[in-house]
Amino acid sequence: MENRVVITGIGIYSCLGENLSEVKDSLYKGRSGIIFDAPRKDVGFRSALTGMVKDPDLKPFLTRRQRMGMHQPAMYAYMSTKEAVENAGLDIDQLSQSETGVIFGNDSTAGSIMETVDKLREKKDTTLLGSGAIFQNMNCTVNMNISTIFKLKGINFTISAACASGSHSIGMGYLLIKQGLQERVICGGAQEINGTAMGSFDGLSVFSDTEDNPTKASRPFDRDRNGLVPGGGAATLVLESYESAVKRGAPILGELLGYGFSSNGDHLSNPNLDGQHRSLNMALKQANVKASDIDYVSAHATSTPVGDSIEAQAIYDILGSKVGVSSTKSMTGHECWMAGASEVVYSMLMMENDFIAPNINFENPDEISAKINIIAKTKEQKIDTFLSNSFGFGGTNSSLIIKKLK
Amino acid sequence: MASREEIISTVKEFLSEEFEVEKSTIEPEANLQETLDLDSLDYVDLVVVIEENFGFKVTGEDFVGVVSFNDFYDLVEKKLAEK
Repeated sequence: MENRVVITGIGIYSCLGENLSEVKDSLYKGRSGIIFDAPRKDVGFRSALTGMVKDPDLKPFLTRRQRMGMHQPAMYAYMSTKEAVENAGLDIDQLSQSETGVIFGNDSTAGSIMETVDKLREKKDTTLLGSGAIFQNMNCTVNMNISTIFKLKGINFTISAACASGSHSIGMGYLLIKQGLQERVICGGAQEINGTAMGSFDGLSVFSDTEDNPTKASRPFDRDRNGLVPGGGAATLVLESYESAVKRGAPILGELLGYGFSSNGDHLSNPNLDGQHRSLNMALKQANVKASDIDYVSAHATSTPVGDSIEAQAIYDILGSKVGVSSTKSMTGHECWMAGASEVVYSMLMMENDFIAPNINFENPDEISAKINIIAKTKEQKIDTFLSNSFGFGGTNSSLIIKKLK
Repeated sequence: MASREEIISTVKEFLSEEFEVEKSTIEPEANLQETLDLDSLDYVDLVVVIEENFGFKVTGEDFVGVVSFNDFYDLVEKKLAEK
């Protein structure tokens, strides 16, 4: 028999705020977290716009040894995971005595690798690199750190799937619990924020260059969009079986009904309508809901000319013209490896507080975005079921459907 | 060359900062490993901070017989003399 999978805890550390309360407030008010990061110009960036968070001070929470293997992805993820675990009514003792795993989305550790290589070139001696570098440099850095700090005994690996990493991590946790292989899985996504990590992406000339007006630069679906803005931070969700949640009297924030996925098998960077159709249809079928049951779509839309058009067409084709759609990337920028998880957390906050966060800067539709119902201003609305899209380089697609438990 | 007092002062400064212990716990006869709570990975960082502060490199073999902070000061004196 298959288990029902519920969400019992969420946590967030993003440019919209350093905790759930701050982020909910920013979402409701349509507050952008995008800034102009001047040092990027010094190293040759075409666009220095980015969502920004500060590196958290972990000294009050963690020992020196626990902190040594952490660079930005793990530091951010610790903050969001700490909040999610508390939100789920759990502590380290309970986690260590249960079947709890961790599957996190992450696809780079460029900042720490650059620091290590710089030091190696200076010292010309690997034994002077320090003990933390290897644990910061590996792509599974979040999993290594979170599993040891929170004493997790279950599944333990990283999902690397470009800008759908966070979404697939939730999907994989869902499948493991559904099949009865895990009681509980901590899922999420992390994205480092530093020039080193985003230089090669900027080099594709796909970032918005509206540097004189940072909060207006990210404008998904708008006719005058001119590229994405990178961002970052971390988001965490505690997934567990319905039975486990009920047994321990945990708060049940929502039920994960469906995980659709597909690969385009096509271009390295260009999106593909057929791939998105298949991901959306698979999610609906698995969730056993009709398109008309979806109350809100958290769009992947990143503010690129081609990408947003393809997604708008896919949403129109599969979900129709009435469902409310917004892209929170209008406020956060593209949180890349983290986005699939953070956007589920943002949507959970909307569902819990009965509103749809605005797709800010949506001023004029283009021919295709005019076909769907884009919410440009905060809308008071009950959400019972939402769908979250994530698409990534290499043509990886993921769609999640989550419903409020009544 | 630095005096014994200068070495002790420098060592207390960087060890307390790196390993996050009170300077007052770094007593001459105290056990270095226990006081700094060193595991195998921490010895890697000890090598790094010694190089950063004194400009010489130590190896695992150098630490054979180093138990107390006094032993450690002896090692630093010996290495500085060899420079």
